[in-house]
Amino acid sequence: MTVTVFVPLDTMSLACGAEAVVREIQKQARVRGFDVRVVRNGSRGLCWLEPLVEVATANGRVGYGPVTAEDVAALFDAGFLDGNAHALAHGRVDDIPYLATQQRLCFSRNGIIDPIDLADYEAHGGWKGLEHALTLAPEAIVQAVTDSGLRGRGGAAFPTGIKWKTVLGTTADQKYIVGNADEGDSGTFSDRMVMEGDPYRLIEGMAIAGLAVGATRGYIYLRSEYPLAFRVFREAIERARTAGWIGSNVRGSGHRFDLELRLGAGAYICGEETALLESLEGKRGQVRVKPPLPAIKGLFGKPTVINNVISLASVPDILANGPEWYRDYGVGDSRGTLPIQLGGNIKRGGLVERAFGLTLRELLYDYGGGSASGRPIRAVQVGGPLGAYMPESQFDTVIDYEAFAAINAMVGHGGIVVFDDSVDLAEQARFAMEFCAIESCGKCTPCRIGSTRGVEVIDRIRASLDRDSNTALLRSLCDTMVNGSLCALGGLTPYPVLSALNHFAEDFAPRAISAADP
Amino acid sequence: MSLSAASNSSVDAASLSDAQRRHIECVLEELHALPGALLPILHAIQDALGYVPPASVALIAQALNLTRADVHGVISFYHHFRSAAPGRHVLQICRAEACQAMGARTLEAHVRQRLAIGFHETTGDGAITLEPVYCLGNCACAPSVLLDGDVHGRVTLPAIDRLLDACMEAT
Repeated sequence: MTVTVFVPLDTMSLACGAEAVVREIQKQARVRGFDVRVVRNGSRGLCWLEPLVEVATANGRVGYGPVTAEDVAALFDAGFLDGNAHALAHGRVDDIPYLATQQRLCFSRNGIIDPIDLADYEAHGGWKGLEHALTLAPEAIVQAVTDSGLRGRGGAAFPTGIKWKTVLGTTADQKYIVGNADEGDSGTFSDRMVMEGDPYRLIEGMAIAGLAVGATRGYIYLRSEYPLAFRVFREAIERARTAGWIGSNVRGSGHRFDLELRLGAGAYICGEETALLESLEGKRGQVRVKPPLPAIKGLFGKPTVINNVISLASVPDILANGPEWYRDYGVGDSRGTLPIQLGGNIKRGGLVERAFGLTLRELLYDYGGGSASGRPIRAVQVGGPLGAYMPESQFDTVIDYEAFAAINAMVGHGGIVVFDDSVDLAEQARFAMEFCAIESCGKCTPCRIGSTRGVEVIDRIRASLDRDSNTALLRSLCDTMVNGSLCALGGLTPYPVLSALNHFAEDFAPRAISAADP
Repeated sequence: MSLSAASNSSVDAASLSDAQRRHIECVLEELHALPGALLPILHAIQDALGYVPPASVALIAQALNLTRADVHGVISFYHHFRSAAPGRHVLQICRAEACQAMGARTLEAHVRQRLAIGFHETTGDGAITLEPVYCLGNCACAPSVLLDGDVHGRVTLPAIDRLLDACMEAT
């Protein structure tokens, strides 16, 4: 009898030795005379268990992890093909509390299906949203997305339906859908996981967006740091086109929707929507002045829907299940679910998709299990390199766009980076300025020059040179950057800097620097 | 002046090897008509040659009806594109926050010291080029490096030493 074994083809899993594990499983199976079929699924998002090997048994899929090639022989000895006990066994994967307590909407198929198998996608509810959208008028599709309460998951949290409505209402001979997969925020990887683990979901969401606004052409702008996502997604586009889900005649409907995958080139700023459009046009990724909005004058000067991957990937289920179904999740004006990414110094890092309303503390301790090092968690940075550093006293903040904004923090793209008590927040503040200097597009002065001056001022504070006046100068500089920058890079870099200064002032004192060094 | 510009570009182009020139012409022929073709062209050239030779700028500019300044401006804007040939192996170390929280600064210092080079430099024997990278999306399995296109996670000092050893042994 053939036994099916799942080993993820996902960056995290490969980075931790999955290929060697697959080779060893195949070798051991051959030597021992077992008939094993290895399926390369995406990741379930239980990252601390990667590579997570699953075996299909009569009792469901049983998980073992983290598995190295050296563990494989012992797993065979223990009878893992029958789901037997072993030190690395975790029982039925669906029952692992980390996973069982989640509300997986956008990630419902991740880790379960073979990412590029069209039949698998369809068998797990794929294409239902697009099929329903094909029966609706464009206005009705836009209305459904508006009613769902979906807000842009890239970080800006702008209502997706409003953006679409603007593009729908703008007349033009050509309109575009652009998927923003320039996921540059450290601590975030949900876009990557969708593109590697459930790529047709994004293709379906983009095709629906095309129908909704009358766009016949779409681009995905993917960062060059994601080589595996590029390979998987390129293959998925080819297969979807061959099967007629995209192309000159979407599902025989007479609608056209072509999709092309483009690669970025290592510029963080290209995650900003107008810089991304410049880059797609073959130029330096410099931010554009708004207005005009991209919805009116976007790619190649045409009306353009530009949305984050998770926003677009959330759309198929909204169409399939109705806007109320999605809207019922969440709190306040933050509706639906957010795929939260736990990274850095955390014991159980991974992807947690839950309705808005969870507290940071629940994420860090109930899901994350505390720090990886076992030392106390001292600070977390939420929302990427432009997000605030939050101290323990703010860990009861609820994951909700407005709740975070109220304390000068941001949810952003949902990344949480955890630091233990060995962190030096003055060093982190310096890095925030340094990163801004490296990645500034150079368009406006507060960002281009201010970031470099910021590094210098922080260096002087850390060296205790005119500490008080330099601290005042740093605050003044931050004020200029917040109010004088065109986009979020210069405008938000002061958030990590000021939060470090406000909540961790002791780290800016000279003695604390050496004391904090473990 | 146009005469001297033309002769400059032919001198530049002459410094390309025949194989390089053929490849670049092939890429330009295939991709020049794409909307916003410049990034796809630069990627195709770097993927094949390991870098974008400065001598290719004039050829690209001509094919896309851009100035050489336009093309140079784009190449120099993006961290991914190199203007000099890299070593036999390219090691990119993630410097971003999630990796910092798991010891990336120590890892970076160790590699720089062992190879005795800084970022954007190549070891004297031509084995390894060292580059920074800001996030590989492997943040729950940090710290991470990208070696010749493959991501490695949970990288300890002994693990990076094994990777470096392998790079320096292989030819």
